[in-house]
Amino acid sequence: MIPVQFDYAAPTTLQEALGVLAEAGEDAKVIAGGQSLLPILRMRLNAPEKVVDLGRIEELRGITDEGSHLVIGAMTTYADVLASSAVRDHAALLVEAVKTVADPQIRHRGTVGGALVHADPAGDVGAPALALGAEFVITGPGGERTVPADEFFRDLFETAVGEGELLTRIRVPKHTGWGAHYEKFVRVAHQWSIVAVGATVRVDGGSIAEARVGLTNMGSTPLRATAVEQALVGRPATEEAVREACAAAAEGTDPPSDLNGSADYRRHLATVLTRRAVLAAAGA
Amino acid sequence: MTTQMFGAPIRRKEDPRLLTGGGRYLDDLGQHALAAAFVRSPHAHARITDIDVTDAVDVGGIVAIYTWEDLPGKVAEPLPLLIPHPTLTHGRTGYALARDEVNHVGEPVVMVVATDRYLAEDACQRIRVDYELLPVVVGIENARDGAHLVHEDAPGNVAAHMVQETGDVEAALATAPHTLTLDLAIERSACMPMEGKGVYARWNDEDGELRIYSSTQTSTGVRAAVAAKLELPLAKVECIAPDVGGGFGVKIMHPWPEEVLVPWAARLLKREVKWAEDRREHFISSAHERGQLQKVTVGFDDEGRVLGLDVKFWHDNGAYTPYGIIVPIITSTQLLGPYKPGAYRCEFWSLYTNTVLVTPYRGAGRPQGVFAMERTMDAIADYLDLDRAEVRSRNFILPEEMPYDHGLLFQDGRPLKYDSGDFPASLDKLKKLVGWDDFEAYRAEAEAEGRKVGLGIGCYVEGTGVGPYEGGHITIETSGRVNVATGLTTQGQGHQTAFAQIVAQELGVPIEDVHVTTGDTRKMPYAVGTFASRAAVMSGNAIALATRNVKAKALRIAADALEVSEDDLEIVDGVVQVKGAPTTSMPLGTVAVLSNPLRYAFDDAAKAATQFAGTFDPDKPPVADDEEPGLEGRDFYSPTQATFANGMHAAIVETDPVTAEIRILRYCVIHDCGTMINPMIVEGQVHGGVAQGVGGALYERMAYDESGQLLNASFMDFLMPYASEVPHIEADHLETPSPLNPLGIKGAGEAGCIPVSAVIASAIEDAEGFPITSMPISPVELWELRQRHETGELPSLRHHHGQHQTAAAPSRDQEPTA
Ligand SMILES: Cc1cc2nc3c(=O)[nH]c(=O)nc-3n(C[C@H](O)[C@H](O)[C@H](O)COP(=O)(O)OP(=O)(O)OC[C@H]3O[C@@H](n4cnc5c(N)ncnc54)[C@H](O)[C@@H]3O)c2cc1C
Repeated sequence: MIPVQFDYAAPTTLQEALGVLAEAGEDAKVIAGGQSLLPILRMRLNAPEKVVDLGRIEELRGITDEGSHLVIGAMTTYADVLASSAVRDHAALLVEAVKTVADPQIRHRGTVGGALVHADPAGDVGAPALALGAEFVITGPGGERTVPADEFFRDLFETAVGEGELLTRIRVPKHTGWGAHYEKFVRVAHQWSIVAVGATVRVDGGSIAEARVGLTNMGSTPLRATAVEQALVGRPATEEAVREACAAAAEGTDPPSDLNGSADYRRHLATVLTRRAVLAAAGA
Repeated sequence: MTTQMFGAPIRRKEDPRLLTGGGRYLDDLGQHALAAAFVRSPHAHARITDIDVTDAVDVGGIVAIYTWEDLPGKVAEPLPLLIPHPTLTHGRTGYALARDEVNHVGEPVVMVVATDRYLAEDACQRIRVDYELLPVVVGIENARDGAHLVHEDAPGNVAAHMVQETGDVEAALATAPHTLTLDLAIERSACMPMEGKGVYARWNDEDGELRIYSSTQTSTGVRAAVAAKLELPLAKVECIAPDVGGGFGVKIMHPWPEEVLVPWAARLLKREVKWAEDRREHFISSAHERGQLQKVTVGFDDEGRVLGLDVKFWHDNGAYTPYGIIVPIITSTQLLGPYKPGAYRCEFWSLYTNTVLVTPYRGAGRPQGVFAMERTMDAIADYLDLDRAEVRSRNFILPEEMPYDHGLLFQDGRPLKYDSGDFPASLDKLKKLVGWDDFEAYRAEAEAEGRKVGLGIGCYVEGTGVGPYEGGHITIETSGRVNVATGLTTQGQGHQTAFAQIVAQELGVPIEDVHVTTGDTRKMPYAVGTFASRAAVMSGNAIALATRNVKAKALRIAADALEVSEDDLEIVDGVVQVKGAPTTSMPLGTVAVLSNPLRYAFDDAAKAATQFAGTFDPDKPPVADDEEPGLEGRDFYSPTQATFANGMHAAIVETDPVTAEIRILRYCVIHDCGTMINPMIVEGQVHGGVAQGVGGALYERMAYDESGQLLNASFMDFLMPYASEVPHIEADHLETPSPLNPLGIKGAGEAGCIPVSAVIASAIEDAEGFPITSMPISPVELWELRQRHETGELPSLRHHHGQHQTAAAPSRDQEPTA
């Protein structure tokens, strides 16, 4: 459980990083917090010749308020997110999800960008980012492009970020005043989601005015339960009303079967957890 | 008076060092040693057709590459079968490096030695081994069916077949008013110490001497095994267990292939060599335990008294049997717990599979046996609609029936004879602690809130402190420092404290003056090892006896010097003094000076001991005829049989009516290990055991696929409970002393984990209203059982007391009926 020997580069600017990546081509691998990459290297599932560390690129880290959006640098750690009042006020769902990731040590190293590019379907930030309608800014040799959330996640561990490109930041539309809850089903505290559901809702006069629902580990990518979102609109935030709207949460999903649960069990859980998440988000 | 030490809940002496990073574990040693790494079989069953190392030779820093062909003499022979048994008719062991055939994924095939572990692993990756695949046997059913064989010459995959019987079971079952049959299953799990195995060998070529450090539970065992393999005189081999980061059984197995190969390579290369196991290696090439299928037939009367018990079980022993069949023998005998079974027959088959070998893991066969027995007790109670605790108590062996001989042979080949215990008193305490009689009221309250709760119970008896022996050696220095050595090893149990408490108490010295060494063959070459909850019983008593010897000697010498009778002397706070006249006294250090007449003076104490220091009697020799120099005491403790501890646990669990999540709300323990040396240490042992038991009940399993690949061979997929999943443990003690040893103690190391699967199964069954027959259990499994129950495939209990089966209170999360 020791990685193969590799060269190491620690550029200090984005331009420099892109240069190093362009030069090394497919033999290079980017390292952010290393919390997913290092286990992979240690198990020798991947053996890059060059590891490019983004940790010293200041411009990739931090959270800024751009009026209608929050902009989160790819190298922003989970701990940074948890410490940010801006994220709490305008994208509470992200905070709720990040709280459930691993433990403090890992949250101090793991990054939002790393988690999103790693695109583990059981990872906890993908579904919230999707539900919040985040945009992904990807920078490559040819410059910058912005990809909407529903085009970012392509497949298991596969995103719109191509070779030689970097995810540089995500732009999260503000959901100020929305209630949020992330309902994560695990067997032990320190575990990836068996299934999780992120819900954020705007309640207006006792009924749900708008809702966003994202599903974790219910397919090869994070999923958005748009049918549930629509069904929730206009309903009172009560047990009965929400139950009915959430009944179809698992429709169109393709969850895995593994040691922690069959696909059927996951579909069952998705329905239950969606209801719990929505009710909690609505403060019911 | 010296402060009371024996029985005091004092803090562990070793903790400040261990908790502040002062521990020295195997991989902290030998920073400049060469590193070994292994090419391990990726297949569960295959013939090796070719090994090509050509590409590996070019890796810089490679010192040596070995295959079986390179091994000389005894190193090339099969590893020893440590504990033979007449019924183990087809015992098989592996080779240090696979010869021709591999029998499980992870079996070592090639050894690489390099200047560091990185390069050694690089080389391993470049070695090509060609295999011809053979049919794979995974799972007890497949092993039992025998369509394919793990070892061609072990028909039916049977390593051992054993039957023990007392009374006439056929007759008892035929005439019993009621009979029930249960089919039960327990999954595999594993010890998972934080520190894996490891061995570091230093060969001293000039002196022809070998020093081995091993993360082992038996340094004397490793020493003897390696000396035999390497054909070295025992006097030229020493073995030391440094700080060991947990054992739980897996490190009592020895010699592991690496424990032979690393010292062998060190001698051959005349270099220090080290290997520290990584986690993946620990999963696939150490040892597992637990896996059994069981069939219980029980006959009982209207009162629920067992009249006859017929148990058959099939035990998965993995690919080899180097540790014999200790585990199934323990299951077959300890299954009986605190009960009188009437006529009893137990028949088991120990079966080969193409999986990691099976050796004792904390509890060692008992969790399985207790599961069988306790499921049976619950089944009887349900059948007769009796209280589950009541059925148990009707079957108890009573205090006045002690010692109680079951008429069976235990794992040590000696009679299964309980020395003491008060089971009714224990049950009474447990019922009070958990609120047994108030539970139905609590259940009703919970049900009104739409919650499902259940109460479970489990009782066990644990044979602890098996022989053959342990020793203790005490030396008192002229400074008053008391050195204590015992040969068995320590892997976190608090021996430095518990043994020091015994010595401080027996000798009358401050505990700060007592220094305990374990697991170092240089200090105590005669020892067995740490397993079977035996350290306190065996070494504790040996150390007490040795202390009594050294004390007698000290009093003899002091009496002579103070010109008083020995009987008038006592030792208080390290000072020998006349009872009632403490001014006539001398410190133990001075006694040590007197005990060792010297020719040379090198410090003040030595000066005081030289021949010319005081007055001496020219007619007497400096050391009396029947004395030896030095203030030393040594003794051994070797009991005729094991001592039997016991305990009873109860738990309240809640199962989510919708997601089938299982939560332990309360966990109560009554524990009786005889007289306690240190109740705080005992409690810690119980807590750790329960935590491990919770793992076995709810999380841990070895998920092999049909090709023999272990699918969850990492901590990402193999779940263990964290502090967040271990319930608060409410524990109380009963102290029924053992009449068998001077200190009245019984072992406590394994206790906590033994009944947990039985208890949790009992509680879930009570919450759900249908039988739980297989453990561990996960939410998805419970959810699937519920579905099978709803369709009528799985019958309800006959007399379930929960109401939710019939008239479910509306739950917050009840699914709408479509
Ligand atoms: C014990 C443990 C428990 C965990 N539990 C959870 C959990 O409960 N929930 C959860 O969601 N996650 C969990 N994780 C994963 C954790 O969240 C990871 O930190 C995260 O998935 C990856 O973030 P990172 O910054 O460490 O990325 P890295 O490991 O450094 O990189 C991950 C991948 O992304 C690529 N990459 C990183 N940054 C960029 C970039 N800016 N542009 C392009 N490519 C990039 C890397 O090349 C690599 O392929 C756990 C991890 C561990 C070790």
